[in-house]
Amino acid sequence: MLEFIVSKYNFWIYIILMMIGFYAMIAKRNLVKKIIGMNIFQTAIILFFISTAYKTGGATLPILLDPHGHGHGAAESAVAVSQYINPLPHVLMLTAIVVMVATLGVALAIVIMIYRKYGTLNEDEIIKAMK
Amino acid sequence: MMEQAPVLVVVIPLMCALLSPLVGWIKKEYCYPWAMLTLAASTVCAVITLNTVIHNGVIHYYLGSWLPPWGIEYVVDHLNAMMLVLISGTALLVAVYSKKSVEQELPDKVVYFYTVFLLQVTGFLGIVITGDVFNLYVFLEIASLAGYALIAIGEEGAPLASFRYVVLGTVGACFYLLAIGYLYVVTGSLNMADLAKLLPALYGSKVILVAFAFFLVGIALKMALFPLHIWLPDAYTKAPSTASALLAPLMTKVAIYVMLRIMFTVFQPSFSIEILPVTKILLWVGIIAIFSGAIMALAQVDFKRMLCYIIVAEVGYMVGGVGVANAVAIKGTILHILNDVVMTVGLFTVAGIITYKMKHHNLTDFKAMFKKMPFTMAAFVIVALSIIGVPPLCGFFSKWYLIQGAAMAGNWVFVVALLFSSLVNIILFFRIFEVGYEFHSSADAHGHGHEEAVVIEEAPLSMLIPTMMIALFIILIGLYNQPILINIIQFAVPKL
Repeated sequence: MLEFIVSKYNFWIYIILMMIGFYAMIAKRNLVKKIIGMNIFQTAIILFFISTAYKTGGATLPILLDPHGHGHGAAESAVAVSQYINPLPHVLMLTAIVVMVATLGVALAIVIMIYRKYGTLNEDEIIKAMK
Repeated sequence: MMEQAPVLVVVIPLMCALLSPLVGWIKKEYCYPWAMLTLAASTVCAVITLNTVIHNGVIHYYLGSWLPPWGIEYVVDHLNAMMLVLISGTALLVAVYSKKSVEQELPDKVVYFYTVFLLQVTGFLGIVITGDVFNLYVFLEIASLAGYALIAIGEEGAPLASFRYVVLGTVGACFYLLAIGYLYVVTGSLNMADLAKLLPALYGSKVILVAFAFFLVGIALKMALFPLHIWLPDAYTKAPSTASALLAPLMTKVAIYVMLRIMFTVFQPSFSIEILPVTKILLWVGIIAIFSGAIMALAQVDFKRMLCYIIVAEVGYMVGGVGVANAVAIKGTILHILNDVVMTVGLFTVAGIITYKMKHHNLTDFKAMFKKMPFTMAAFVIVALSIIGVPPLCGFFSKWYLIQGAAMAGNWVFVVALLFSSLVNIILFFRIFEVGYEFHSSADAHGHGHEEAVVIEEAPLSMLIPTMMIALFIILIGLYNQPILINIIQFAVPKL
């Protein structure tokens, strides 16, 4: 059991992070804290994707394969699929990070609008002020 | 040129959206014709694409000539060709309509409004055209982010409504992304056609089940399926009238399109119907959505808010139609996507005209409207009758197929739900007609008033013409529903 947990620890961390984010989005009354929870939630997904790229048996990044920089060696070792980790999840996450930054920007801009109007970031107080 | 049409549908609004601030920098007033021109070009490309699909069958467009499954592929079949025309056409009408309303509601944000507006349309078009699940995620987020921004600049309380939408919408998108991750882990592919080939061997896998569950919940959040609809009424009520006329019809329908695509193209219908009891769950959720949406709509005094709950009920129609899961009901669902977009945009353009004239959108603002704005109200009556489901209008036919499909499958509760919702719609709209025919001022009731002279003050032409055209389309789609069914929709129905 313990081994099961330890051997896949990054996936457990991804679940824990996701739940922390979820909790913050649901339970926190402060809008900025909600946004932080949202960001943790998204970051957990990045961790999940990056974890799936991992390969056992000493695979590494293509750029690290030939430290002496002889073009020939690098090209040769890059052909062996087992030598480097799957790059595609990384590429997808680059796109997803851009999306997440944009979401964060929009959310913060909206929070600024709310703060200018009501002078508070507490959801209960805002709802009270709206009535 | 002709073979580039599928990609131009998306690229034109995207590029023009990025150029739009420049155009606005030259002169603020140029933004409106710029947006109209862009969307007209995009609509032309969409119509060319639809025409090609009808005559030559499915189009595969490889972006940058990278062959799938490595490159991104645009696949246009009958279903998304119809969606493309529908989205670009609706966006064009709303753009024509937007001028006065935007000038009145957002005088100092015109440039940014049209920029975000075009980005929003790009997002919708991209979602329906792409054949790659990750690409779909990116476009889904473009559409959602533009939607958050458009909603946030609305009336009092809009920023908070938009904030709630941001949080819930992001959770939905993240679930969708997770579903893609799980699919990628077991198949190693992101291309829809490739996934459809690789998945059937893996249907027993738990990872696939988790992916499917994440996917359904995520997309249900985006489409405002009943228990997850709480963001919708506030957001669309408080958005600027033009923004809600664009978002309210399209966002939910695009999400339903994504659900159809994943359930019946990426996964095989047998998986969604037999291996998992998903359709049974969807059927019941749809029924609950119809009942709750209809009942909540009855309780509203705000016109736009009432329309929002009608949307919740309409989403229930379509999800329930998928849940019935026979060819007739799914045909009804796809036809209802088309009809519902046209009808909802009609209702929200009328709401926008009322807001433009009266500065509010409560039910009482309809007072004496039949005398003040006879043309607008004539269009409104047609749209309302179509939502109720009166025969020659388009709303009747999709409802007919849904009911027929449900009866064939023996799901009588769904039939009852559809009829119940129609009855509630009769009450909802005739209540408004009654207010509209109240010509006497309130002073009259106290016995010392005189007949108030109501003068005709029709909406400006730029708002009136699109509204009238939508009413015309409702009649035309109703009359020509058979050609649409035979040429387009019957190919879009998955083989069950």
